[in-house]
Amino acid sequence: MGKAVVQVLKGIDLDIKAGEYVSIMGPSGSGKTTLFNMIGGLDKPSSGSVYIDEIDISQLDAYELAWLRCRKIGYIFQTFNIIQVMTALENVTLPMVFAGIPDDEARERGMDLLDLVGLKKRFLHKPFELSGGQQQRVAIARALANDPAIILADEPTGNLDLTTGEEIIKLLKLLSREKGVTIISATHDLKMLNVSDRVIWISDGKIEKIEKREELSISLGRIGEK
Amino acid sequence: MQEKTKPNLPQKQVVLPFKKSVEIAVKSIKSRFFRTLITTMSLILAISFYAYIKVNLDIISSIAASNDQTAIQKLSLQGIEVPEEGRALGLSPQERWILFLSLLVCVVGIVNTQLMAVADRFREIGTMKCLGALDRFILRLFLIEAVLQGLIGSALGGAAGAVIAFLGALIKYGSSVIGLISLNQILTSVLSAIVLGCLLSIVGVLYPALLAAKMQPVEAMRGRD
Repeated sequence: MGKAVVQVLKGIDLDIKAGEYVSIMGPSGSGKTTLFNMIGGLDKPSSGSVYIDEIDISQLDAYELAWLRCRKIGYIFQTFNIIQVMTALENVTLPMVFAGIPDDEARERGMDLLDLVGLKKRFLHKPFELSGGQQQRVAIARALANDPAIILADEPTGNLDLTTGEEIIKLLKLLSREKGVTIISATHDLKMLNVSDRVIWISDGKIEKIEKREELSISLGRIGEK
Repeated sequence: MQEKTKPNLPQKQVVLPFKKSVEIAVKSIKSRFFRTLITTMSLILAISFYAYIKVNLDIISSIAASNDQTAIQKLSLQGIEVPEEGRALGLSPQERWILFLSLLVCVVGIVNTQLMAVADRFREIGTMKCLGALDRFILRLFLIEAVLQGLIGSALGGAAGAVIAFLGALIKYGSSVIGLISLNQILTSVLSAIVLGCLLSIVGVLYPALLAAKMQPVEAMRGRD
């Protein structure tokens, strides 16, 4: 395989406030996922910087990045990525284990979080015993495990049906309001726009426009078509 | 020059206690029982072969060293030459070569199945890294799994080899050999087989585990289902 250098992001200048609910929209290939990975410290920019709480994460070493991912950022994925061999509760407590939180406390907090996402009774279930929506709920609880400042959600409703997707979006919105977590999501889902404080449209590696919720015009007729 | 602003992150720590690592490794082995069985199978076979050869040698040596003339005669009938007084029985060059080859094939088999296991677990590894796991956590998990597999596999293999060698001796030389065999010697042989098995298991998992540990979280996330 050859390695071709492709400039994906071309001058993105973006500030996101704490507690904001931001959606990143754009066609595939627009650099959405790349931007997303940069924000989450999953990928390092070849030039430029990403600041989280005054910390330039492109300067961090592997250990500090791991710490950042563990404590400051919670990830939610399109494919849920619940660890298959662990129960719901173990999945939720895993980030707490990495953070060095004692077992009892982790279990207690894990149960509280599962309660928050409405899955308290199913804490002993393995992922294959849970529906897609339930798995995503577990993933949300896991993302919240260490009280992160930011939750990054990459197409969180992409693999879910309409109603389940709506529930997940409502849950995310609730969390951002109650816990003051910043939520940044990359999405195609128009339902997501309804709850976003701001929508950032990306195309060809640049910010095309940034819309506030008040400015959004969503025609209801288009919701549902993907 | 541009000044590097090294941030001061408060109470930075990312940990995975050893006990937890073992817990996770055991869980992973349990829930992937079939795959573990395949990985362990080549180890069981190779180690049982090794243990068989070693224990067989132990038995023959103790018969040769005894004064039991009928048993020694049976040895000669099997085509085994009893060495002169004071010289130990050893493996023939062919036996050594076959033994070496079988162990080599075993390691290659382990590397192969472990590489597949790592590919299978791309997503899991990537997820763990996103949750804050360090490279060495992943490495440690794979190593612990390998040691556990090595212990179980070579214990089974060692026991099987020893039992087969023992039964073979019973059939070939008669029940009188039971009194001649030194249990200590056989235990030492089986123990050496178990240690060897663990080593082989670790050697086999090293490259796949390093590969897994070095993986960037994004790469892992892009991994297939």
